[in-house]
This record gives sequence, C-alpha cells and structure tokens, in this order.
Amino acid sequence: MVLNNIENLLEKYENGETSLQEEQQLKDYFSQDTVAPHLEMYKPMFTYFLVNQQEQFTKQLPLKTKKRFNYKWLSVAAVAVLMVSVFVTKPFSTGEPTFTDQEIIEINNAKEALAIMSKHLNQGTTQVGYLDAINKAGTQIDYLKEVINPMDRILKR
Amino acid sequence: MTPLEFLNIVSPFKDKVFRLAKRLLVSREEAEDATQEVLIKLWNNKTKIKDYKNVEAFSMTMTKNFCFDKLKSKQAQNLKIVHNNYQDHSVSLQKEVELNDSIDWVGKIMEALPEQQKMVIQLRDVEQYDFKEIAKMLDMNETAIRVALSRARKTIREKLTNTHNYGIK
Repeated sequence: MVLNNIENLLEKYENGETSLQEEQQLKDYFSQDTVAPHLEMYKPMFTYFLVNQQEQFTKQLPLKTKKRFNYKWLSVAAVAVLMVSVFVTKPFSTGEPTFTDQEIIEINNAKEALAIMSKHLNQGTTQVGYLDAINKAGTQIDYLKEVINPMDRILKR
Repeated sequence: MTPLEFLNIVSPFKDKVFRLAKRLLVSREEAEDATQEVLIKLWNNKTKIKDYKNVEAFSMTMTKNFCFDKLKSKQAQNLKIVHNNYQDHSVSLQKEVELNDSIDWVGKIMEALPEQQKMVIQLRDVEQYDFKEIAKMLDMNETAIRVALSRARKTIREKLTNTHNYGIK
C-alpha cells in the first residue's frame, strides 16, 4: 500500500537515512490536499520546506568595476616631490666645484688684489697703534680724580 | 570578468546563500546584508574564481562563517536578534491567526534549533543537497550530518505533534 510505504519512508526519514528521491516522494505525498489523519502533523513541516524553497534574494548588488583611488600612490608622489625639492634648492652640494682656466685666473687675480688690500690695511692699523698710548695715559690720569676729592682719602684713613 | 559574467555564475545559488543566511540570522534585512557582503567578497576576488573547484560550495561555507561571525559579535554586544520577543497588543488578533498557521509554527520551531541542526536541515530539506556536498560545506563528516539531521527532524515532528494535540498556547 502507498500509506505503508510512506510510513516506512517517514521512519527512515527521521533517522536521516532517506535518499533525495525518497524525500521528494514524501514531499509530493504531503503536498496533497488530503493525507492520512495520523500523519497530519508532518504536513506543515514539508509544506514549510517547499514554501521556503521559493524565497528569493531581491537586493541589488553594487558591483564596482572602476578601480578605487589608491592612497598608497599619494604617499609615493609626496616622497617624489620632497626629493625633487631637495635637489632643486641644494643642487650638487656634495660634488667638487669645477672651474675653467679663465675662471681660475680671475679668481687668482681677485685673491692677489685682496691680499694687497689686506696688507695695506694691516700697515694702517699698526700705524694707528700709538693711539693705545693715549688710552694708557687716560688710565694713568685717573689719580687726578683723587686729587679733586681729597676728603674721601681723609675719611678712609 | 564583467559584472554580467559574474552574475551568471552567481545567480544559480545566490538565493540559496540568502536562505541559509536567513536561517541563521533570522531577520530578512540582516540576511540580505550578509548575502550582499558574501557576494561582494566573491566579486572582489573574482580573479581567483576559476581556481575554486566548486564556487557554490565555497560560497555556502563563506556564508556560514560570515553568519557565525555576525552572531558572535551580536552576542558580544549583548544584542540578540530575536524577533519574536516583542508584544504588540494592537495586532494580537492578527498574531493569533499567524500563530495558528502551522507553517509559521514550523519556522518558529526551527529558530529554536541549535545552529548546526538549522544549517543541516536547511541544506538538506530545503535546498536538497546531497550529503557529500553538505559535508564539504560545513566541514563535517557524513555520519555527523545524518545524526544532526535526524535529531532536528525528530524535534520538529515532536513539537508539531504536541501542538497538534494540545493546540497552540
């Protein structure tokens, strides 16, 4: 009998031993309008599974194909700008300066001129050395103050 | 890979992902967010899709893990997503009708099952995967799956028998 078969299947079903085909048989049986009264409680169970199978995902998927802006490259650019600016403000600071022969001659001329000028200046300063004597004299005449103010000396004693 | 190609790969199982998420997270909105998240993760790794042996099983495993993470963080915040714990007396009549609807009652019973049994019964009785696939998705052996399935089915049947005999509430 069909009912006997269904009861057997139900037992297997509850033990987790039915195949997918057998489970489909059960679902078919319980989706009928009339089932055996003593198996009535299984009906909502199988109906629930069938109803649940129909539920669908309706939300839209935002799939972005454009690449997002990568902030890593921003830092790379910043470092590049920094390095360029260092080179621009202080170009070849480590290398030896190179001059042409013409420039070396000019530099030597300038050095000579400066040397002559400093020699004469030094002569000038030695000649005005006698001004020290005046400074000395200034300090030596300090005692004149004491002459002006003899009372201090008297009171000190 | 264009978005259209991706959708063609994903569309056969995106509903299944959604239903599994809904089984675990209960709320429809949460499940939609989870599904979106899982599919976008898949899209971001689209270059690797060819390497996956079974994209569908892989996605289901991803969904399971994602939902578990979600549930864990909810518990950590002490916020449980139980949607049947509020009482609204103005619609009590409607609610009574709903509760009397035994199909909804099955859903309520399934909400009370442990997570593992929920997933097994969802994948087997609703999505009709064979045991080998379920074993791969859930990283369990087939015997354990049969045991969990049997327990879940028996629980549902017992509770239904009770309500059948005593009426609901």
